[in-house]
Amino acid sequence: MSQKASIICVPRLNVLKLILRIHYAILQKFLASIKPPFAKGGKLEKFHPAFDAFETFLFVPGHTSDHGVHVRDAIDLKRTMMAVILSLFPPLLFGIWNVGYQHHHAFGMDASMMDNFMFGLWRVLPIIVVSYVAGLGVEFIFAIWKGHSVNEGYLVTGMLIPLIMPVTVPLWMVALGAIFCTLIGKEIFGGTGMNFMNPALLARVFLFFAFPAFMSGDIWTDLSPEAGRALVDGWSGATNLVTFDGNYTHLQSASDMFFGFEQGSIGETSVLACLMGALILIITGVGSWRIMVSVFVGGYLMGLLFNLVAPGSNPLHSMHTPAYYHLLMGGFAFGAVYMATDPVSGAHTSAGKYIYGFLIGAFTVVLRVFNPAYPEGMMLSILLMNVFAPLIDQLVLEQHIKTRLKRA
Amino acid sequence: MSTTDSTVQTAPKPKSEPLFSKKNLRTLRDPLDDNNPITVQVLGICSALAVTVQVKPAIIMALGVTFVTAFSNLIVSMVRNSIPTRVRIIVQLIIVALLVTIVDQMLKAFMFDVSKKLSVFVGLIITNCIVMGRLEAFAMAQKPWRSFLDGIGNGLGYGIILVVVAVIRELFGAGKILGFQIIPQWFYDHGYVNNGLMVLPPAALFIIGLYIWWQRARNIKLINVS
Repeated sequence: MSQKASIICVPRLNVLKLILRIHYAILQKFLASIKPPFAKGGKLEKFHPAFDAFETFLFVPGHTSDHGVHVRDAIDLKRTMMAVILSLFPPLLFGIWNVGYQHHHAFGMDASMMDNFMFGLWRVLPIIVVSYVAGLGVEFIFAIWKGHSVNEGYLVTGMLIPLIMPVTVPLWMVALGAIFCTLIGKEIFGGTGMNFMNPALLARVFLFFAFPAFMSGDIWTDLSPEAGRALVDGWSGATNLVTFDGNYTHLQSASDMFFGFEQGSIGETSVLACLMGALILIITGVGSWRIMVSVFVGGYLMGLLFNLVAPGSNPLHSMHTPAYYHLLMGGFAFGAVYMATDPVSGAHTSAGKYIYGFLIGAFTVVLRVFNPAYPEGMMLSILLMNVFAPLIDQLVLEQHIKTRLKRA
Repeated sequence: MSTTDSTVQTAPKPKSEPLFSKKNLRTLRDPLDDNNPITVQVLGICSALAVTVQVKPAIIMALGVTFVTAFSNLIVSMVRNSIPTRVRIIVQLIIVALLVTIVDQMLKAFMFDVSKKLSVFVGLIITNCIVMGRLEAFAMAQKPWRSFLDGIGNGLGYGIILVVVAVIRELFGAGKILGFQIIPQWFYDHGYVNNGLMVLPPAALFIIGLYIWWQRARNIKLINVS
C-alpha cells in the first residue's frame, strides 16, 4: 500500500476497529459468562472441546506453554486456515456467478450479473452449509468423545468440498462425502495434521466412485426448468475435458477457459480466480509456490512431450492438444493452487516439493489424454502423489545426507 | 505369519479328555473373535475383498473354506508324524488341493450359478493363507481332533467377516440382502441411489478396516497383537 493511500485509510480503519472492538468486548463478556460450566470440573465439562472451538475461533487463545520452547508466532493454525479461506473467495465468488451464468446460458437467456450471482448463490449456499454441518458434526463428536479440542482443519476442507462438486450434486451425497472424508480420511489417523491424503479430494473421489452418474456426464450445469424456455439448440453438457478426448479443435477458446466461462465443478472453472487465490496464499506464506509452479511446469512439459510424439496420421488425436490448454482446462489450476499445496499431505522438503508438484502435473496430463474414463486426472494424480509424498521426502533426505557426507 | 498361538504345545495329555473340554471349546471359539483369521491374524484378505459383493456367494465361500480348513487340518494332523519336514509344504499342498478340488466339483455339480460367480476364487482356496497358516501353526503340532476343531473355528471366523462385509456391501451396493429387496422403493423415488463404491473391492477393505477398529476399541487385549 502506498503512503498516500494508507493516510486516507487510517481514520476509517480506526472507526472500523473501534466498532469491531466494541462487538468483540460484548462477545468476550458473553463467552466469559457462559464459560464456567464448561471448565474443568464444571457441569458441562464434556462439551469443553466444543466450547473451546468457538472461543478460540473468535479470540487468540490464552494458552501459555509451561515447558519447552517458548517461541510463539502470531500465526497459529486458525489464522493459517483463515488465510486459506480468504484465498478461496475469488474462485468461490466467480463459481457462484458462473453457476448462474451457465444456467441462463443453457436456456439462451440474457441475465444480469446480479441475476446470475443470486441464482448461483441459492444453488451453492446449501452445498456449503451441508458440507460444514456434516463434517463439523463428525469433528465435534470426535472431539467430545476423545476429549481433544476441535481442530480448525475442517474450516478449509468444508469450503473446498463444495468448490469441487458439480452444482447439481444431491445434498445428501455432499453430506456423505464430508462424513466419509472426515472419518476415514482424518479422524482415523488422528485428526487434523495426521491425514496422509487431502480430505477434500477424498470426499470427491469417494463420490466419484460411489455415484458415478452424479459426478460425471452432463451434470455440470443446473438445468432446472425456466418457465416458457427450452434448452438452446446445440447446447452440450460436455465439459472441455470430455470434448478434447474426441476432438481437441472443438475446445472452447483459451480466454474463455482462462477467465472461467465454461462448465465444470463450482469453483474450478476460472484460472484467473485461482491465480488470485494463489497470490494471497503465496504472499501470506501459507501455500508453497514451489509446488504450484512445479505442477504447472510438469503439466506443460508433459503436454509438450505429447505434442512431439503425437501420431501424425491422426491430426485430431488428443495428444495434439496444445500444451497450455492442459493448464487452463478443468481443475488443473484449482488443484495446483489449493489441493496440491496442502501442507499436511504434500511433500515437505524443498527439493521434494518440486518433484511432487512436477509429477502431479505430468500424471494429470497422462491421465487426461490416455484415460477418457477418468476425465479429470487432477484429482487422482494429486491423491496418488499424496501417497508418495513421504517416500519422496525420504529419498530427498537420504540424498542430502549422502552429499553432506561426501563433502565432509 | 502373525500368529503366536500360546496353546501350541505337544505335552502328553490324559487319554480321557472329553471331546468338548474347555480347552477344545476355546480352540473352536477363539478364531471367531479374539483370534479371528482375517481381522487379527490378517490372513485371507484377498478373497475377502473379492467374493463379498453379495451375501450368497460369501456364505458358500465361507462354507467351502471351512470344509477345506477343517479336513486339511484333520488329515495333516493325522499324518503329521510321518511327513518329512523338508517336503511338508508339498504334502500339505497335495492334501489341500485334493479338498479344494472336491469343493470345486461339488459346486459345479450342484450350484453352477454360484460356482460361476465365485469363479477362480474357489480354486484359489489352495493359496488362501488361512489354510496353510493353520496347517503350519496348528495342525503340524496338534492332535487330529483339536486340529479339526481349529479348522472349523478358523473357517467360521473367516466366514463371519465375509458375511458381515457382504451384508453391508450388498445392502448399500444393491439395496438387497440375499437377493431380497431391503431398501424400499420409496427411498429410490426420493433420490436415494445405490452406492457404486460398495461394489468395488476397496469398499471391502474399508469395511474390514472399520470392523477391526470396532473390534479393538471393544477388546483392549487385541491392541498391538498383530
